[in-house]
Amino acid sequence: MWQELYRELGPRGLQIVTVAMDTEGAEAARPWVEAAQPAHPSLVDRAHVVGELFGITNVPSGVWIDESGAIVRPPETAYPRRPNYQDQEVPPNASAADAAAIAEVKKLRTEAEKYVSALRDWVEHGARSRYALAPEEVLRRSRPRPVAEARAAAHFELGQHLHRLGRAEDAVRHFREAYRLQPENWTYKRQAWNLLGPDQTPLAVYGGDWLTDVREIGAENYYPPLEM
Amino acid sequence: MILETLEIDSVELERRTGWQIKPQGACKGERCVPLSSVGEERVDARLLAERLGMPLVHDEPSGLWCLGPEAGGRALVDVQAPDLELPDIHGRAFRLRSLRGSKVLLVAWASW
Repeated sequence: MWQELYRELGPRGLQIVTVAMDTEGAEAARPWVEAAQPAHPSLVDRAHVVGELFGITNVPSGVWIDESGAIVRPPETAYPRRPNYQDQEVPPNASAADAAAIAEVKKLRTEAEKYVSALRDWVEHGARSRYALAPEEVLRRSRPRPVAEARAAAHFELGQHLHRLGRAEDAVRHFREAYRLQPENWTYKRQAWNLLGPDQTPLAVYGGDWLTDVREIGAENYYPPLEM
Repeated sequence: MILETLEIDSVELERRTGWQIKPQGACKGERCVPLSSVGEERVDARLLAERLGMPLVHDEPSGLWCLGPEAGGRALVDVQAPDLELPDIHGRAFRLRSLRGSKVLLVAWASW
């Protein structure tokens, strides 16, 4: 997805690194990475370490880091172009739930043009770009971490670890707790739903699923507006 | 970070959380929090959890513990990017630090 932009901005000095937040590791990420054939580093994060370190709660999220290693924009929604899924037609044989999900997906605020034009500006002007934020603004915009969210992170990490150990039922207990403590964290929820067995549904196990939860908050709030 | 015992290896602690054990205590960026037992290779998880405001969650069936991130502040306490090291899809380790000197766009995505 980022390869095209890397071809444009790489020669102007931008490095791009993608990180797949996938509990199931390289196996889960490989089909996408092999299809994209990126020339930039494409990493795998089995423990969602970047989520915790940077405060990422939905994907795709981008972070800008300058030449000295300082963060100049904390995590925010990052699309390199309008995603294909927003232009898909509802297939004639689609279930009611699939048709409803497609309708919601079209309402998501992805703001690719705004993001990419800011990125181009930063690549050209560096620290003089109005999009490169001052240190105190970077910290202020990063995600607050109240006690409940810190606990959610610990439960989510335990859940992932137990899942990888083959203790799926114990994992579900911790994922539920993470879900309860930080319901707005989509990376926790979507990852946990994805790890369920073929005969389990997110609604039955966790009391929510993508369509239900998106409708609850409103699709336009799934990605917060970019503060450019 | 996942713990099998309540004794944390300080090298592992730094790699996973960015908190470094120094003679003056546990430090991250400019901030240092005193610990009573200092300069040791192993740190007591309960002490660290209490001093740094980190949750310590236990899973009884497996006997495992998890030390979560420090609560009360923000996800970023310092603008210096954490020294992230992750494998690529072929298992080769990559350090974010190796891109020092360039502008970097780090993008988190997922297959799910």
